[in-house]
Amino acid sequence: MADKILEVKNLKKYFKTPKGMLHAVDGVNFSIERGKTLGVVGESGCGKSTTGRVVLRLLEATDGDIIFEGKNIRMFDKRQLRQLRREMQIIFQDPFASLNPRMTVSEIIAEPLIIHGLTKNKKELDKRVSELMEIVGLADRLVNAYPHELDGGRRQRIGIARTLSLNPKFIVCDEPVSALDVSIQAQVLNLMQDLQEELGLTYMFITHDLSVVKHFSDEIAVMYLGQLVEKAPASELFKNPVHPYTKALLSAIPVPSLKNKKERIILKGEITSPINPEPGCRFAKRCPHADKCTNANSQPVLENIGNEHYVACHMVNKLM
Amino acid sequence: MSKKELLKIEDLSIYYITEDGTVKAVNGIDIKLNKGETLGLVGETGAGKTTTALGIMRLIPNPPGKIMSGKIEFEGKDLLNIPEEEMRMIRGNKISMIFQDPMTSLNPVMTVGEQIAEVIEIHQDLNKQEAMKKAEEMLELVGIPAARVNDYPHQFSGGMKQRVVIAISLACNPQLLIADEPTTALDVTIQAQVLDLMNNLKEEFNTAMILITHDLGVVSEVCDKVAIMYAGEIVEAASLKQLFENPRHPYTLGLFGSIPNLDEEVDRLKPITGLMPDPTNLPTGCKFHPRCPYGTDICAKQEPKAIEIEDGHKVKCLIYEGLVDAEVKR
Repeated sequence: MADKILEVKNLKKYFKTPKGMLHAVDGVNFSIERGKTLGVVGESGCGKSTTGRVVLRLLEATDGDIIFEGKNIRMFDKRQLRQLRREMQIIFQDPFASLNPRMTVSEIIAEPLIIHGLTKNKKELDKRVSELMEIVGLADRLVNAYPHELDGGRRQRIGIARTLSLNPKFIVCDEPVSALDVSIQAQVLNLMQDLQEELGLTYMFITHDLSVVKHFSDEIAVMYLGQLVEKAPASELFKNPVHPYTKALLSAIPVPSLKNKKERIILKGEITSPINPEPGCRFAKRCPHADKCTNANSQPVLENIGNEHYVACHMVNKLM
Repeated sequence: MSKKELLKIEDLSIYYITEDGTVKAVNGIDIKLNKGETLGLVGETGAGKTTTALGIMRLIPNPPGKIMSGKIEFEGKDLLNIPEEEMRMIRGNKISMIFQDPMTSLNPVMTVGEQIAEVIEIHQDLNKQEAMKKAEEMLELVGIPAARVNDYPHQFSGGMKQRVVIAISLACNPQLLIADEPTTALDVTIQAQVLDLMNNLKEEFNTAMILITHDLGVVSEVCDKVAIMYAGEIVEAASLKQLFENPRHPYTLGLFGSIPNLDEEVDRLKPITGLMPDPTNLPTGCKFHPRCPYGTDICAKQEPKAIEIEDGHKVKCLIYEGLVDAEVKR
C-alpha cells in the first residue's frame, strides 16, 4: 500500500449567500502520496482554492474527513491545530498581497519561527533566516529590504522561505507562479522542484495553467463546479482525457508550436450556478454529449477505468 | 508607401521623465503592418509593449510620458504631426484599442448598449436610435443576445464583458485594432471562445491587428507576424513560421525554454537567469547581455544592429554581425 500523507473523504464546503447555499466544494475525494505532487486544475470559481484552504483548515469544512498522517484533523482542537501548522503550510498566489508591507524580508521569514518558538536566541534565529534565504536564492543584502523594493519573483521567494521556515511536510501551493512573468515563472518552478527533492515535500499544486501543471505534477485532478470530474496520472490525463470537460479544457490550451494543431472544442451553454445546484450532472448544460446522455439527472461518481484513471461521467463507456 | 501598407513605425522612442530618473520605455522600434495582417507583440512585464500601443493611439500620459523621436505613419499620414482634433477622429474610428482588463475598461453606470452606441454616435452620422440599433447588431455579432442591450456591465461574466469591449472597438469597423492582452484575464475555455471570435471577425472585416501578449501560445493561434520586445527594443521580428521554427535571438530561445511544453517531457525548465533590467538604468551595449548565456565583453560595449538573416526575419544580436562567435541553439 502506498504511503498516503493526506486523504480527503467526501469533503464539502458550503457558503451561505443571500441567494442560498453556494456549494463551493461538493463531495470531493482524493489522496496524495508522500513526496508526490497532486495538481488541481479548473477554471475560476470551480472551488480549487477553497479545497486547498479547507484541507489546511484555514476554512472550516461543512462535512467530510481530512486525514493527515493517519489522523482526522477535522477533529483537532486549537492546541493540536497550532502544532499541525508546522507540518502543513501554504504558498499564496499573490506575492504582492501576502507579504506585510511594513515588515522587512528577515522579519517576514523569522515570524513563524518566533511564533512557534523554534529558535533559542537571536543569533540562532538570524542564522536560520539567512539559511532559508540561501535555500530559496535570495541574496544576503536583501535582509533589511521591504517587499515593495522587490520584484514579483523575489517576493514569491520570500513567501516560499516563510513557508519552509517551519519544516513542513505538506504544502498547498495556490497558483504560486500565476502572477509572475514566464522567465521568472520557470525559475520559481525549478526552485520548488529542487526543494521537493531535497526536503521530501508533498505538494498540492493548485493552478489554472495546464502546461505548468503537467510539467509539475505526478497526478492531476480536474475540478468543475466544486466536484472532481477526472483524476489520473499526469501523462495519462494528457494522453487520454476522457471526461468531455477535460477534453474541452485541454483542447483550449494555446500551444506555442505550429505543429500538432488540435481542433478546439468550444463549449457552449451557460455555466450551472453553484448556488443551490439542481441534483444531477453539473456539466450537463455545457456538455456536447448531453443530448445522448439518458442519465443527466443523477450525479455521476468517479469510477476507475484502469491505470489509476478515474472519471465521473455517465457516458464514460461510450467516450473511451 | 505601398498600397497595402497600413502602418509604418520608424525609430519610435518613448520616455517617461520622472523625478526618480528617465524611464526609457520604448527605444527606437520599427514596425510595419499591412492591411489585414496580424502582428503579435510579445514580451514580459516592462518590455514596453503597452507603451508602444498607447504611443500609436497618442494616449501617452504627458507628463511624465514623452514621445522623443520617430514617425508613426498610418495610411500615409504621420500621426505624430496632426492636430489633436484630427487624431480624435481617428481614435475609436480607424484605430481602436481593446484594453487588458475588461472588468475596469467598461463604465459601470452605463448600459452596454449605451457604451457601444456612444462610439458609433461620435464617429458616424447616425442619431441615437440608429446608433442603438447598430449597437444591438454589434452585440449579436460578438455572440451576445441583443435583448441584453440594456444590461449593465456587472450583469455579465468576464468573457462576455470582454466581448462587449470587442464590440465597442469594432463598432466603427476600424482599419487597425490594437488588442492589449485581450484574453489574459480570462479562463482558458473562455479564452478559446474569444480568440475564435477575433479570428472570425478579422477574416470577415479584413482588419489589421496588433496583438499584445506574453503568451506565445496565443500568438501561434492568431498572428501572421511576431515581434519580440525586450527592454523597449524589438530584438527579433519575423513571420510566425520563421519565429517558431527558427528562433534566433537568445532571449526568444529563453522564452521558449521557460514554457513547459505539452508535447514533450522535460525534467527541468530552462529559465532565463537574472531579472528584467531597471528601465531607468538600462545596461550599456546589448540590453540583454547581463542575462545572455552567450554574452561576451563586446556585448557590454557595442549596441547590436537589426540584421536581416533571412527574408523578413530580423535579429538584433552581435552574433549575427559576426562579432560574437557562438551558435544559438534550442
